[in-house]
Amino acid sequence: MNIDKKIADDLVANDVSFVTTVPCKQLAGVIEEMENREEIFHIPSNKEDEGMGLCAGAFMGGKRPAIIMQNTAIGVTINTLATLTQYYRMPLPMIISYRGELREPVACQVEMAVHTKALLAQLNIPTYHFHWQKDVEEFDNILKYTFMCNKPVAILTDANFWGGYGDQ
Amino acid sequence: MIRSEILKEIAPIIRDHLVVCNIGLPSQELHMIDDQPTNFYMLGTMGLASSIGFGLALAQDKPVISIDGDGSVLTNLGTLPTIANNATGNYTLLIIDNGSYGSTGDQPTYAGKKTSLTAVAKACGCDTVIEVPDKDLGPVLQSAIDSDEMTVIVCKCDSGNIKLPVITMDPVVIRHRFMEAVKA
Repeated sequence: MNIDKKIADDLVANDVSFVTTVPCKQLAGVIEEMENREEIFHIPSNKEDEGMGLCAGAFMGGKRPAIIMQNTAIGVTINTLATLTQYYRMPLPMIISYRGELREPVACQVEMAVHTKALLAQLNIPTYHFHWQKDVEEFDNILKYTFMCNKPVAILTDANFWGGYGDQ
Repeated sequence: MIRSEILKEIAPIIRDHLVVCNIGLPSQELHMIDDQPTNFYMLGTMGLASSIGFGLALAQDKPVISIDGDGSVLTNLGTLPTIANNATGNYTLLIIDNGSYGSTGDQPTYAGKKTSLTAVAKACGCDTVIEVPDKDLGPVLQSAIDSDEMTVIVCKCDSGNIKLPVITMDPVVIRHRFMEAVKA
């Protein structure tokens, strides 16, 4: 199974047509899919809170948005999640590269990984963790759930899910 | 002119258009001067009026005006390259540049010192950037809305605030009312 294609297919099947991304090595394949899909308008952001602003506007303009980013972004976006996405009750699937988990080669990434789930729990953000490739089968249901309840929802995808870092 | 005087003057120009208004006093002033379903009032999240308005402009065809401030643009400078590189003709970014953080007590911003937001926006790749003194804003804003080109307007004005109440409308009501106006 190609998980990049599966994620893109599910986004398209759920009418997600506005996707903003902040890059991560693990997400390179899925970001490329976003760029190549005709059904998706892909707009790279310079910072994740900016991206959430773009998504809020796109949602009010009638599009279903999504953001693709690293888990370090949770540290950047707490105010935006609380005072924009949650306060105005907007849906936002957040496909998150969960750096600092098993098979992570960069020690500093662990420093935000240890806070990631606690911060999401503190914000009452529904959170799913993809560790095995088969976990992606849940993605379609998670998207439906997100747009049903009009909440930000986090999908943490770790290095094991993406197949590790090769020889690093 | 101070910001509230500017908003009074441009209210007839923006009344029928989708407006995303900056957090704090700008939203409170616009709400008091001319509350419209086509106004989206930001109650929090400093800096994102430009990004929210731009996302809205990309998602549908109606003209969108983001009313931002110099302090808020400085908070989210990174969005100017995003706006420049994905330009859409139905978007106008109006930066009311009074050189101060008005909602927090008129502390000076760097835009009131050495930093030119006009030059920054141009350097970020925005093709049409117009710096205008407060008294001349009306016609410039009208032609920006009417044109097919995305425009960034930097309106230089005086700092100063009026006393007025906070917005007590529920955020979900603001959002729902606004989305109905977008669809109308």
